[in-house]
Amino acid sequence: MPFAPLLRSFMLCCLVVLSALALAATQAQAQAQTPAAMPAQGERLAAGLERFKADSFADTEAAVAAIAAAGSAQGVAILSALADRRLFAGAAGVFYRDAAGQAFDALTGQPATIPADAAMVRLNNRLRNVVQAALGTMTLLSPDPAQRVRAAEAVFRSRDASALVTIEAALTSEQNPRVRRAFEEARAAILLASADAPEELLIAAARRIAEAGDNDAISLLRQFAGQTTGGLKAVIDQGIVSIEQAQRIRAWGQTLWFGISLGSVLLLAAIGLAITFGVMGVINMAHGEMVMIGAYVTFVVQELFRNHAPHLLDWSLPLAIPLAFITAGLVGIAIERGVIRFLYGRPLETLLATFGISLVLQQAIRTWFGPTNREVSAPSYMAGSFEFVGLQITYGRLWIVVFTLCVFAALLLVLKATPLGLQMRAVTQNRRMASAMGIRTRFVDAMTFGLGSGIAGVAGVALSQIDNVSPNLGQSYIIDSFMVVVFGGVGNLWGTLVAAFTLGIANKLLEPFAGAVLGKIIILVLLILFIQKRPRGLFALKGRAVEQ
Amino acid sequence: MLTARFFRMIEGRGLVFLGIMALVALLVPLCNLYVPPGNPFHVSNGTVVLLGKYLCYAMFAVALDLVWGYCGILSLGHGAFFALGGYAMGMYLMRQIGTRGVYAHPVLPDFMVFLNYKDLPLTWWGFQHFPYAMLMVVLVPGLLAFVFGWLAFRSRVTGVYLSIMTQALTYALWLSFFRNDMGFGGNNGLTDFKDILGFNVQAQGTRAGLFIITCMALALTFIIARMIVASTYGKVLVAIRDGESRTRFLGYRVEHHKLLVWVVSAMMAGVAGALYVPQVGIINPSEFHPANSIEAVVWVALGGRGTLVGAALGAVVVNWLKTVFTTGWLAPYWLFALGGLFVLVTLAMPKGLIGVWEDVRARLANRKAIADAKASGAGSSDVRSPGPQVPR
Repeated sequence: MPFAPLLRSFMLCCLVVLSALALAATQAQAQAQTPAAMPAQGERLAAGLERFKADSFADTEAAVAAIAAAGSAQGVAILSALADRRLFAGAAGVFYRDAAGQAFDALTGQPATIPADAAMVRLNNRLRNVVQAALGTMTLLSPDPAQRVRAAEAVFRSRDASALVTIEAALTSEQNPRVRRAFEEARAAILLASADAPEELLIAAARRIAEAGDNDAISLLRQFAGQTTGGLKAVIDQGIVSIEQAQRIRAWGQTLWFGISLGSVLLLAAIGLAITFGVMGVINMAHGEMVMIGAYVTFVVQELFRNHAPHLLDWSLPLAIPLAFITAGLVGIAIERGVIRFLYGRPLETLLATFGISLVLQQAIRTWFGPTNREVSAPSYMAGSFEFVGLQITYGRLWIVVFTLCVFAALLLVLKATPLGLQMRAVTQNRRMASAMGIRTRFVDAMTFGLGSGIAGVAGVALSQIDNVSPNLGQSYIIDSFMVVVFGGVGNLWGTLVAAFTLGIANKLLEPFAGAVLGKIIILVLLILFIQKRPRGLFALKGRAVEQ
Repeated sequence: MLTARFFRMIEGRGLVFLGIMALVALLVPLCNLYVPPGNPFHVSNGTVVLLGKYLCYAMFAVALDLVWGYCGILSLGHGAFFALGGYAMGMYLMRQIGTRGVYAHPVLPDFMVFLNYKDLPLTWWGFQHFPYAMLMVVLVPGLLAFVFGWLAFRSRVTGVYLSIMTQALTYALWLSFFRNDMGFGGNNGLTDFKDILGFNVQAQGTRAGLFIITCMALALTFIIARMIVASTYGKVLVAIRDGESRTRFLGYRVEHHKLLVWVVSAMMAGVAGALYVPQVGIINPSEFHPANSIEAVVWVALGGRGTLVGAALGAVVVNWLKTVFTTGWLAPYWLFALGGLFVLVTLAMPKGLIGVWEDVRARLANRKAIADAKASGAGSSDVRSPGPQVPR
């Protein structure tokens, strides 16, 4: 429908002219010289610009009014140049520089050089306000809805009474609901500030502002709460209370979201360990290094893309996922075959050996890639944020939460619905019986360990987006991962899920009171105490499995 | 009579160890103080400090071996007790600086003046008195170990779970001590010590004295540990290590036995830390890092778990290797070596250096026995090789 925007811009043009007229009517001086017939935009602009040359504050004010009345896009540039002391007037004409320093002729809008005799147009404080107000009004009528909203918000904050007429006029034709709301709020703010309006109008305005419910609204209401009496005061007080309540709920929601986000990171880091430690009972201190390997695979893949196919850079992450899985999985299988298989049934020795392996892997990465952080950039679809019922949600975090849940679901599926998963569970539950049934237990051990390590590698891909890719990446997650698995109950994937989100949310709930580090310490201490109470975790295995 | 019992309790290996300690305690300060530099027998000041450091680590390793080797409690957070003892000593040394600090405040240490403290926090009270500080060196680690152990052993947290809990404990402390709000110097820790009991910490004589004290403390720790493991109580500990449930069913209060040895070990670690600090001249939160505690476990494992002497030996060997590796062109390979050591010890020599030595001795004795048998009764076939005696 190309017709609708056309119609709208036409109507807007009419509006510009109309409201500019209305505004001009308030500026008697400027009005005195305007011809009765509606002049073309250019002529009015020229007439306005002419007055800048006089170098008197009164003439400058008239010029501002005239340019505002002309209402061209050029006018916005001129007025903002004036406000920023970038406007120069001389015998040859009026010129301005844009923010980059490029000079333009104010009348034609063409690039020009500023003649030597042109002097900067001076402003005083009162004039500066006039310019700001005029700018606000002009952008109120901008064809871009986002700009209109911004202008309305500016008016809401400045509560400039002169914008009221324009807003009223704009409201009659505004279609966009978001812009309408912003305009109505701005109008209410002006009304409330003017105070000489009839009481019912003021009450309606206060209600309207209370509905807006943001920080600006509450500060506005607080400002007027002390000055008013009677019914209006009651409405304002009630408005403040309701906004505070809404803000509190929103803060909780935000905390909850941060908690879920942190929980998903914890889950991602711990989920591979839930297999190697939880299912197999292997204390894998090198688990964090599998995560690190995944992150470095992401880095290498991205470097390759950057050097050979920069236009496909956004595809580097999806490609890194399977590669990280395979790389980390193979390293895991090598560790299992080379070291861990000799140590089954000796958990403490396994712990020491895998810690040694983690040192070697860290040092290997440090030797190859250097000890400094490596840059892994976010693909375009993970950049930016959006607002959801008042919560700021970044795409990166959202993707990680979604990704974590996908990995979790995939892992459950592998364990519950594939022959390999069946064999894994059989071997961990009763090795000898499984062996008697013809399952190659050694092979299954290697595969299980490979799966756990591979998942850790996949976690590394996601964590490379939010953490520094350095040789120490794994170390920072290893203790947290163990905490999550132990808290959730060993050998229980769902327990791991619940534990990760519980810890994540608890951490974020504590943060505002205790600070990030102390919050973490409190969680650790609570966890230590919890393990004393329930040594087998939240969801302990029952029956025979316990004794193994 | 009493000495005979003492010798029996210490065992041959222990006597050798104590002999070496006495020799080291005598020779090293002598060669440092009275042999002029340039003489091949001169021991430099740096070496004295380095050796003192090794001996503190050895003491720490003996403490760790007491709980791990004899009671089966693998602590991955023993470094916390070591560091707490060190902090208690560090606080005493900080208070001794007095007005000689940068800000010359009579009471507050420099970092507190810097952080705008108005008066001394409660935790620092009394630390200007040496006896009180020494009491805290054993009391603070002991108390923490008591609370932690009481909770953990009573609820029967064992094995790997306990190890991870201890790791979490030291991790939590590590994070806490980094905070300036804790009032222990934050990231920088405590340093710039001036004197201890009136003696300049930097002076050659003080260093030698501290070295001798460290040797004596290590010997004493070893004797106490030996007394514990040679007693009936020690036998119960070994029983707990080898079959906790069975020991419980036999009527022993397992958690009490564990708790006692755990607290004693923590106190020993605290003393080791306290001796460590004046010699190296600094204590900071990095001592709490979980990796340090795990590294200490590998000292014990390398030397030989459950031998006490082996623990001390392992600590000295690994730290000597560390010095060799980290001071030359080998520096980038230290972590490879340490990591490889972990794997090697667990896979190839589960009984550590002492175990290897015993194996070699057993094999030699065996060969000698066969040779003797051959020499005495040639042709008689009833003497058979008893086979290598692998101690279990």
